[in-house]
Amino acid sequence: MNTKKITVATAWLDGCSGCHMSFLDLDQQLFDLIAQIDIVYSPLVDAKELPAMVDVGILEGSISSEDDLEKARLFRKHCKLLISLGDCAVTGNVPALRNQFKLTDVFNRAYYETATVQAQIPTRDVPALRVPVKPIHGEVAVDVFIPGCPPRAGAIGYVLTELLAGRVPDPSSVTRFGA
Amino acid sequence: MAQPAVIPNVRVVTLTIDDRDLSAREDETIIEVCRENHIPIPSLCHLDGLSVWGGCRLCMVELEGQARLFAACATRVAEGMRIHTMSEKLKRYRRTIIELLFAERHHVCAVCVSNGHCELQWLAQKCGVDHVRVPYRQAAYPVDSSHEMFRLDHNRCILCTRCVRVCDEIEGAHTWDIMGRGTDCRVISDLAQPWGTSDNCTSCGKCVQVCPTGALVKQGTSVGEMVKDQHFLPILARRRHAQ
Repeated sequence: MNTKKITVATAWLDGCSGCHMSFLDLDQQLFDLIAQIDIVYSPLVDAKELPAMVDVGILEGSISSEDDLEKARLFRKHCKLLISLGDCAVTGNVPALRNQFKLTDVFNRAYYETATVQAQIPTRDVPALRVPVKPIHGEVAVDVFIPGCPPRAGAIGYVLTELLAGRVPDPSSVTRFGA
Repeated sequence: MAQPAVIPNVRVVTLTIDDRDLSAREDETIIEVCRENHIPIPSLCHLDGLSVWGGCRLCMVELEGQARLFAACATRVAEGMRIHTMSEKLKRYRRTIIELLFAERHHVCAVCVSNGHCELQWLAQKCGVDHVRVPYRQAAYPVDSSHEMFRLDHNRCILCTRCVRVCDEIEGAHTWDIMGRGTDCRVISDLAQPWGTSDNCTSCGKCVQVCPTGALVKQGTSVGEMVKDQHFLPILARRRHAQ
């Protein structure tokens, strides 16, 4: 492994994985990126543990559960630069729509009112939900924000390329809330 | 009332905006002169053809020799004025105002019928707002779908009062008004009755077209489908005030 490569870790919290899909949509540009970066931890690779120190951390999704919060803190602790990728990470977006309702009402809606068989609220092996749903920077410091639902592949490519070149990217020049 | 009749023999003044030498009629406001000269000034409550409101504070500019800021939509030009529209301080204030608007109610762009055609969303991008630094308020507001053609979503309302003014000044119906203070402040139809029960609403849809966000929209529109057309406004406004 080329040790000079920039190490990158990604994770999705409460999101739909669309932002990771958009990242994969970079297609051919991915080959240019991979020449410069090493993805050391991500749903896209096999590594099971976040290394002790990573250059760039990318988080998709909002902080909706105790597990999301733990991952966000872990990334902040181990990543030199942390990126919020997509509207859920940046604003709370769709997951945060439930903030208008009581958590018990949300559970009832999801597991009783709309259930057809074995209506029950899961309690084992699932993280507790938090109230309210927050964007990543509502809990940990974030360095770069890439809004969009999802951000276009080109926007993600632009931000990463600028960072790799040692420049400060201006995400508003390529993407916006809801893009 | 909006737009007083044009005074004949009005004087011309000279001024500078961002160090550009310009001339303008003395009865013009700063924002009008900026728009004529393609100098971008953000604004959400100002709209050509409606009376001045001066509520959104996005068009604030600096005048040399004056300590406070001035709303470009509510300040007339004067001889020798030296105006600055793009200082770092103004940019910072504009970003903060936009962030506060996003934090106050539920502007979830990704699931909005006005996504891609929204002035608030567009201004956020223009002003470099890529996240909101203050916590979101997370308060729920009602949605009024009682009108057979249109819908009012208070969650997406920024209280610019364009709907109130266009209904009063152009359509002449005055169906809309404003009720309550602070976070309880909201637009109301008639005396806070459901829109669909209003006797004096003519269903002309002018309020929907001038609304800068997805607060007033057509029924039956899906995400990103609500495209608004405001071309009618200056034409109707001129004809009304020529009478």
